[in-house]
Amino acid sequence: MNILVCIKQVPDTTEIKIDPVTNTLIRDGVPSVLNPYDGYALESAARIKDNAPETRIVVLTMGPPQAEPALRECLSTAADRAYLLTDRAFGGSDTLATSYILSAAVKQVEELEGKFDMIFCGKQAIDGDTAQVGPELAEHLGLPQVTYALEVLEAAPEQLKLLRETEEGRQVVGVTYPCLATFTKPAFDLRFPSFRRRAAARQAEIVRLGAGDIPRIDLTRSGLKGSPTKVKRTFVPPRKQSGIIIKDDTAENAAAKLCEALRSARVI
Amino acid sequence: MEARTKDLWVFVETKEDGTAKNVGIELLSPGRELADKQGGKLVALVVGCGVEKAAKEAACHGADLVLTVDAPEFREYSTDAYAAALTELLKKYAPTSLLIGATPNGRDLGPRVSCRLNTGLTADCTNLDVDAETGCVCWTRPAFGGNLMAVILCPDNRPQMGTVRPGVFKKPPVSEKEAEIIQEDFRFPAEKIRTRVLENLREAAGELVNLEEAEIIVAGGRGVGSAEGFKLLQELCDVLGGTLGASRAAVDAGWVTHSHQVGQTGKTVGPKLYIACGISGAIQHLAGMTGSDRVVAINKDADAPIFGVADYGIVGDLFDVVPALIAELKKQA
Repeated sequence: MNILVCIKQVPDTTEIKIDPVTNTLIRDGVPSVLNPYDGYALESAARIKDNAPETRIVVLTMGPPQAEPALRECLSTAADRAYLLTDRAFGGSDTLATSYILSAAVKQVEELEGKFDMIFCGKQAIDGDTAQVGPELAEHLGLPQVTYALEVLEAAPEQLKLLRETEEGRQVVGVTYPCLATFTKPAFDLRFPSFRRRAAARQAEIVRLGAGDIPRIDLTRSGLKGSPTKVKRTFVPPRKQSGIIIKDDTAENAAAKLCEALRSARVI
Repeated sequence: MEARTKDLWVFVETKEDGTAKNVGIELLSPGRELADKQGGKLVALVVGCGVEKAAKEAACHGADLVLTVDAPEFREYSTDAYAAALTELLKKYAPTSLLIGATPNGRDLGPRVSCRLNTGLTADCTNLDVDAETGCVCWTRPAFGGNLMAVILCPDNRPQMGTVRPGVFKKPPVSEKEAEIIQEDFRFPAEKIRTRVLENLREAAGELVNLEEAEIIVAGGRGVGSAEGFKLLQELCDVLGGTLGASRAAVDAGWVTHSHQVGQTGKTVGPKLYIACGISGAIQHLAGMTGSDRVVAINKDADAPIFGVADYGIVGDLFDVVPALIAELKKQA
């Protein structure tokens, strides 16, 4: 089996703070990390490889040259080969343009690596939180998709069986190859890199692809001009006025005060 | 393609029993407002199998017209069949905008359809308006884990599409006149559906939890400490006539089932009252419950972020406070 895992390097959103004076995001000094959901996608590919060692795992990211450490992290845990898709012409892309560029790159990488049986993505990146690039990539490539996958149950020869999270609970879904799946947080932990793999990952070649390396790409569909959505403005959401906090009181008094407040507000 | 209309469409997702998911009906509220501002009709598109109830619900909640796609291959959601149905009808009728509930299925479907139509889609919106300058829909959405809000426009491509978070808008009141319902005869060959649901692992019947429609929710987190601890919260639920919710930490620990989970990977809720017990208030949890009218937080840690979104907070041990609260409620009932 040949698996492509698409990843993104993202700012660690749990570390993001708001500048109290300018009321804007402080991005300086915020560490960059591998998008956690992409880590789950990679782990799911690695688990297929555990059972079928001939499986090949290729990782691909689109981003600035600074995204290389995220690719090396993937090489240190599970990936066999890494591609960095980087070009100024790709900057400013919304999800439609990003997924188009990725689809063109996937076709290019397939000429080098062979056709992919499966493409795995995180269900969403924690910076944009759109959860759209995976399904849009599947659409550009004409692939069936399974979103919100928790784990691969079986990579059988005729179909991929996935456990998927739904509103009502969970379901087992079978999908034909080639296919695309997006992953959410599984019940199991991710593997750590071995010392040997980590050392190898530091030395590994990362293949760079720019617009010029993808002959069939239509650059009018890339970047700001290829993006149907435009950001009009951004703002930091107003903090809610802090409420009434009861502390240093007995449980009975606190409960009585709360009930009174809720009753007078006609909530209960 | 015929000329683009000014109509606004709302996709109404159906449940297996043929009724509408709440969010589809909720979206008729902002849908009405946007359609009026843009000078077009409000059209509900209902897809499923045996959808009379859902269609009627949309017809009497403010839609001007209801279109249905009703066939066995739509009984269970599939990306392939649903994306084909939406794409076909959007081409046929050419509305200017489309709202889809940001449920797991809605977020699976939306990008497939927008990509096929080569148009823009804005994810998981929490506010909608019309831009005074351009007349386009202003889609407001959270990013960076809710730390930043972005206002998005789709100036040139049509339809303008967005998925909208459940629980943000209230259902419109029942309208005086009922809209016309037209059944479209779209079919999708079942053998062309490339995914197959092999098994549904549902919660046991007695455990079906309807958090989205609950008016009062009592939710527990890591601080509840055990499945036993949740029995105490259930008792508070019973006194208040509420529904039991939980944070991801409590679900992952196995104290309650996933169907109780509120937050980014659980349900998004908008009750009148949300009582968070032993929940620290991770941004992922807050994403699912800040649409609540009133929030009560009970937590030992005075610095817990949950107090930042609480209308009333009690700093204390929930195992002291909750029994006192139950006693107080019983006393005055």
